[in-house]
Amino acid sequence: MFDFLQKLGRYGLDVLARLGRRLIFLLLTIKGTTELFRKFHLLITQIYSIGVLTLLIILVAGLFVGMVLGLQGYNTLVGFGAEESLGIVVALTLVRELGPVVTALLFAGRAGSALTAEIGLMKATEQLSGLEMMAVDPFRYIFAPRLIAGFIAMPLLAAIFNAVGVFGGYLVGVELIGVDAGAFLSQMQAGVDLQKDIINGVIKSIVFGFIVTWIALFEGYDAVPTSEGVGRATTRTVVHASLAVLGVDFLLTALMFD
Amino acid sequence: MSSLSQNSDVLVDISDLHFGWTATRSIFSGVDVSIQRGKITAIMGPSGTGKTTLLKLIAAQLKPQQGQILVDGQNVNALSRSKLYQLRQRMGMLFQSGALLTGMSVFDNIAFPLREHTKLSESIIRHLVLIRLHAVGLRGARDLMPGELSGGMARRVALARALIMDPMMIMYDEPFAGQDPISLGVLADLIKTVNDALGLTSIVVSHDVIETLLIADYVYVLSNGVVIEGGTPDELRASESPWVQQFINAQANGPVPFQYPATDYLTDLMQAK
Repeated sequence: MFDFLQKLGRYGLDVLARLGRRLIFLLLTIKGTTELFRKFHLLITQIYSIGVLTLLIILVAGLFVGMVLGLQGYNTLVGFGAEESLGIVVALTLVRELGPVVTALLFAGRAGSALTAEIGLMKATEQLSGLEMMAVDPFRYIFAPRLIAGFIAMPLLAAIFNAVGVFGGYLVGVELIGVDAGAFLSQMQAGVDLQKDIINGVIKSIVFGFIVTWIALFEGYDAVPTSEGVGRATTRTVVHASLAVLGVDFLLTALMFD
Repeated sequence: MSSLSQNSDVLVDISDLHFGWTATRSIFSGVDVSIQRGKITAIMGPSGTGKTTLLKLIAAQLKPQQGQILVDGQNVNALSRSKLYQLRQRMGMLFQSGALLTGMSVFDNIAFPLREHTKLSESIIRHLVLIRLHAVGLRGARDLMPGELSGGMARRVALARALIMDPMMIMYDEPFAGQDPISLGVLADLIKTVNDALGLTSIVVSHDVIETLLIADYVYVLSNGVVIEGGTPDELRASESPWVQQFINAQANGPVPFQYPATDYLTDLMQAK
């Protein structure tokens, strides 16, 4: 019994210590962003690395998700004779939920894992220590540009995912099945609210981008500097970031669409 | 405090240093070391004695549990982050792996500290980088990426980078490990030459006895968390300490056990039945 309590206590303390390290890491990284305007090229490089290089997977995934939504939506709506509402169904599903969430999950898998592996290897090859010894703060030079880049890239990727998804839904619904194009577009235009749907979706994607990048950077920084340690950290990034995105999505949805 | 601590010729003064990764795993238990200005001081000892850890403690990348480390008269563990960074701009460190930034070319790696800490024009930076690259024999490799360099070349590039800010001291972490004989000789000559030509202070952590004793002015031998001997290379060679003799003459048997602590060998084998 005492053993169990001891283990439970140790586990609890470990969890709290790790949470504390995460918060300190975040504060130091945010502090590092204050000088970012002087090193703007670092931010541009990271937006390219995190955002542009993730674009292909977002485009392909967005297209297929939209096409599946078009197909499934039509099959459901046609039973009620409401197939002309396909546009609004596809658009609202994407803008409110699937756009931010699926983009964040793909972002965690593509950009998040790459960030963790990169930082973990920088730690294992003493590049972070090397920066410290050259009197260059890694929080300013390495972590801050990546955090802000994730913050900027994620909503843009989600917007592209949404646009391509709507196009995919249109392709299947209008071009393939034959739903009226005017009804598809006009219902979508009339039913999607700027504040309630689009702005809330953007807020969600900004929050997800911040969470995924924070988790990815911290896991790399906290990785055991061995090949196994970096591998484990990369796995943790994808698992933790995906679960965090889904959990936070529920909270945000409850707050936004109450 | 060590005997040389009051001497202004001492650049790094370590006194009563205690450090351990955990409460039960002690690395140093009362180390006293004084590094003289302008000299090459070697820190030697068997693997796992904490030689690299000592360099990280001097650079304040780690914090000791007890004791004091003064670098140029400043207690490195009492400095603010900005003061510590100011001090580090005057300290160079050559990591065992080279620690080159893998996303940059050789040229950009060496130019990096100048671009971060000075407002020099690119043409002056180019001149300074080429001078340092020429000194380490790699001017022609300026456009290569770190992944295209051999281990010896990477360390020479790292040496050029460590020298670019004209530091007052350089710390070398196992500069000779895994080097072929040519690279090893070149590196040893480079360390000696740059130390004497630029008036640096060098701390060389190594367990390569022959090369290190050739270039060092003073040697400390660490074992079991303390300094077991300190002296000039000649004094060390003449030492009657069994620890020093075992280390210098590469003897398997002596006070430093070859075997990691374990149960009796025969008993261990018999347990397999």
